[in-house]
Amino acid sequence: MPDMNPKKTPMPEQNPEIRRNNFNEVALGYTEEMAKSEAARCLHCKNMPCVKGCPVGVHIPEFIQCIKDGDYESAYRAIKLTNSLPAVCGRVCPQENQCEHNCVRGIKGEPVGIGRLERFAADWHMKHGKEEKAGVQPNGHKIAVVGSGPAGLTCAGDLAAMGYSVTVFEALHTAGGVLMYGIPQFRLPKEIVQKEIDALRGKGVQIETNMVIGKVFSVDELFENGFEAVFIGTGAGLPSFMNIPGESLVGVYSANEFLTRVNLMKAYRPDYDTPIIRPKNAAVVGGGNVAMDAARTALRLGAEHVYIIYRRAEEQMPARREEIHHAKEEGVEFNLLCNPVRIIGDDKGKVEAIECVRMKLGEPDASGRKKPIPIEDSNFQIPVDTVVMALGNTPNPLIRTTTNGLEANSHGCIVVKDKSMATSREGVFAAGDAVSGAATVILAMGGGKDAAKSIDAYIHSKP
Amino acid sequence: MFRILQKRKLNASMTLMVVDAPYIARKAKAGQFIILRVNEHGERIPLTVADYDREKGTVTIIYQVVGKTTMLLDQLNVGDFIQDFTGPLGRPSELSGHKRAAVIGGGAGCAIAYPQAKTLHAMGTKVDMIAGFRNKDIIILEDEMRAASDHLIIMTDDGSNGNKGFVTDALKKQIENGADYDLVVAIGPLVMMRAVSNVTKPYGIKTIISMNPIMIDGTGMCGGCRITVGGKTKFACVDGPDFDASEVDFDEAIKRSKTYSEQERAAARDYQCHLMEGISHA
Repeated sequence: MPDMNPKKTPMPEQNPEIRRNNFNEVALGYTEEMAKSEAARCLHCKNMPCVKGCPVGVHIPEFIQCIKDGDYESAYRAIKLTNSLPAVCGRVCPQENQCEHNCVRGIKGEPVGIGRLERFAADWHMKHGKEEKAGVQPNGHKIAVVGSGPAGLTCAGDLAAMGYSVTVFEALHTAGGVLMYGIPQFRLPKEIVQKEIDALRGKGVQIETNMVIGKVFSVDELFENGFEAVFIGTGAGLPSFMNIPGESLVGVYSANEFLTRVNLMKAYRPDYDTPIIRPKNAAVVGGGNVAMDAARTALRLGAEHVYIIYRRAEEQMPARREEIHHAKEEGVEFNLLCNPVRIIGDDKGKVEAIECVRMKLGEPDASGRKKPIPIEDSNFQIPVDTVVMALGNTPNPLIRTTTNGLEANSHGCIVVKDKSMATSREGVFAAGDAVSGAATVILAMGGGKDAAKSIDAYIHSKP
Repeated sequence: MFRILQKRKLNASMTLMVVDAPYIARKAKAGQFIILRVNEHGERIPLTVADYDREKGTVTIIYQVVGKTTMLLDQLNVGDFIQDFTGPLGRPSELSGHKRAAVIGGGAGCAIAYPQAKTLHAMGTKVDMIAGFRNKDIIILEDEMRAASDHLIIMTDDGSNGNKGFVTDALKKQIENGADYDLVVAIGPLVMMRAVSNVTKPYGIKTIISMNPIMIDGTGMCGGCRITVGGKTKFACVDGPDFDASEVDFDEAIKRSKTYSEQERAAARDYQCHLMEGISHA
């Protein structure tokens, strides 16, 4: 009989008062007992609605059954069959919109904590499990993967498992893409990402860092060098700004820069040389997960006040509820229904304050959300020394502009044929944010997976 | 890891290094830059490609020791490795189609201005090279600059080489004496480039400068290198580093360049103390 408790087994977390001062992981993970008791809540529905909600089709009831049986290594292997980065997905997937959204238990209570269980199995494996032997017969075909974020890593992992010789090219000095530079340590420890990358290397995937494709090699030159297909997973790395006065003042960061300095370049640690402005009062503009990450990072750098500035209301915020909740618990102050109009600086060009106008919600706009409208004469200023613009990103044009015949849409997103992920150039495939614009880790992984399948079919179709 | 093949002191604070980087050497063009990281805990700094050798697969950089990162770099010797070395980044300079050019270098900027002079000279442009230094003891690359130009003028702030004044004084004099420049290239400190721009603006002479702002990735991802050009925000890493001087908001760029000056000073001081401790314990 399943455990009919309507509530999820709670996730142990660091106390908000303590964690707002450190970069350690917030969610501490289930113990074996917690995992078993949560696994017992699964009804093992025959039609498996949860699996349909997963972009990579994780065999969810199967791995949960293994946890229930106490066979954690088998649980991990069941996940790993379709998901190359379980420890990452268990932490950062928006399960509430995917597997857990479809969970039958969610109708009358809380869904099964699928994400938490996935994380448990992955963490258990990292501590106690053994790496499977590679043991794949090389098939002699060379594939280039551009970008080592979630799309690229997934594509590379799947291709390597089929016997392809895969080389991943990364522009930065460390592989991992947004998992390394974007998502903070306290949400996704970098050691975990590194272990996943090391495991890929162990399977024979070559990773070449410091290689900016489009500059050091063009896509055409990759083909000339013997690669038979090229996968582009270069993400959405071009930060948007508001184009308001004062955005070039000292103390205004894009979320990309702010987070990269802290996450990838470890500016929060005294043993690293990376400089960063340690804010006393910070404003973060935006309402997505990246805005929450930046706000919570600012707190951890020692800020006394951190303000989220968002032009709509909380219910329209694109961030996960869990992230909003965590940010509030830690003391981030929310200024909703207001929008920056200018940033004010002192005579040295340093940020002193941000001026906002209050907003009200009108009729739904193209996005289906109620359109924010400024309220006249409602301007007010907030004294801050740091402003982080977390307004979203668009795809980086570097590859698009250096590859002839690669079709992109008006937003700069690479155009692909439905699920084949094939671009307008023969032998070139693409997925992830480079195709969709800024989205989630798991959607990028799903795309990378589909592309790996198409690349395999493409190679086999060649005479 | 990138091996250092040659290291040459140019003056008390400037060093030339030839680095084994065959992929970059194959593609690099004048005006482009690399980003390096000295070690695992280091920051990423951009440096302009001073020269390259496609056959030998080498890239030459010239740096001035100004802070902790360049101090760390200067501790390395031939045979040692630089942790990360990425490029070529940015757009190459567009120098073709000019009859007579003045190429101006300020201090360390001469290291980057000199290859521009060489490129122009090789294309048949008549080149006057104007180089400025604080004093005669820190003059670098004099022979190279002479060989790369039709006429070399070296100015010193203190007049210790017998030619007192700033590069702008020399430039003004040249123009007033009838030098019909259709291009001025100026590379050096921001204040110097601004001063050059102020001289050439009334004459409407096309003036190109090379920006070297704070940046992380060099591929357009961080936006830290943004500058205002012609009223629009540009990213120096992908839109530059060369820009039309008459459109650049220098005042803003100067303020932004000082973002971390306090932290940089503290880091350099701490590192110097650390080095001194090492000596006293030896």
